[in-house]
Amino acid sequence: MNMLECRDITKVYGRKTAVDHVSLQIEPGRIYAMLGPNGSGKTTLMKMAMGIVKPTSGGFYYQGEPIGVESRKEIAYVSTEPYFYSWMTIRDAGKYYADFFEDFSMQEYERLLDRMELTPDMRTKALSSGMMAKVKIAVTMARKAKVYLLDEPLNGIDLLARDQIMESVLEAVDPEVALVLSSHLVDELEKIVDTAIFMKDSHLVQVCGVEELRMREGKSLVDKYREIYGHSGERNRME
Amino acid sequence: MEFNPALPIYLQVTTAIKRDIVTGELAPGEKLPSVRDMALRYTINPNTVGRVYKELESEGVCFTRRGMGTFVTEDPEKVEQVKEEMVQELSHQFLEGMKRLGIPPEEAVDRIRSLYEKERE
Repeated sequence: MNMLECRDITKVYGRKTAVDHVSLQIEPGRIYAMLGPNGSGKTTLMKMAMGIVKPTSGGFYYQGEPIGVESRKEIAYVSTEPYFYSWMTIRDAGKYYADFFEDFSMQEYERLLDRMELTPDMRTKALSSGMMAKVKIAVTMARKAKVYLLDEPLNGIDLLARDQIMESVLEAVDPEVALVLSSHLVDELEKIVDTAIFMKDSHLVQVCGVEELRMREGKSLVDKYREIYGHSGERNRME
Repeated sequence: MEFNPALPIYLQVTTAIKRDIVTGELAPGEKLPSVRDMALRYTINPNTVGRVYKELESEGVCFTRRGMGTFVTEDPEKVEQVKEEMVQELSHQFLEGMKRLGIPPEEAVDRIRSLYEKERE
């Protein structure tokens, strides 16, 4: 069954087409990697799923209904943009989330903070980019959502923090939950995702199962990434 | 764990667990971690772990008690059989690899014996 789905969705900004006629189905119980270089349409697609960006044509559907206020209660989203007011401590960030989302659990938030070695008293403006990324993941994963859309959760983060983030993501997996992680760090995601969604120049290029790819073609996700994006993809991966 | 990019991840984890069973790292009758814990231990997809457990079960290396989890077989013959299969596979791979390099089986065996003797010194 499709949980979240877009049908022939397009977004045009002036002369630039950010997302071009994309149709995609997200099923529960799976982890997806949305892959592609910067500017390939990943962020715009996620924002349209949240209703933050309005599509030029086509639409997003959650449980068969057009997305809206109701769907946002069950879809958690991490954007790449700045998040909290600078005066907030990590604890305040949690309270702020608790006010907005009924499914937010303060207890779970504190557990995640503890696991990721963060202290609730720290001010968010004093955080390094790695710590900030962990707080963003903690507030999001402390929600009991049905769909998690994580835009570049691993960007600019050291190896150890990445492991902690991946573990928090894996803990959320449930037969009724779907997770979508966008990234250009393909090798990091390879082990934890079921399915890869390849985006290129605002188009959906391919959707493939990670294990099926290995069995059928003897290729890893990294091999496939190189094949699809060639040298430009490789350059992005090295960033 | 580092994974070989050309082989399915579930097969590589299945082999790693079978190796642990053969070496006694995992004892007969021992309960395997839950799917979730195993996914965290290897940082892999939980569906992949589910597949690993199903594979181990279908090979008779493990069994599932409903509501209780997955356990290592208590049959010593089964463990011996798995060990035998793994030894055979390794030996086969070795001989195949040598053959591809143009080295006949007799010479391959000589090479391995002289390497062993050198290491023992």
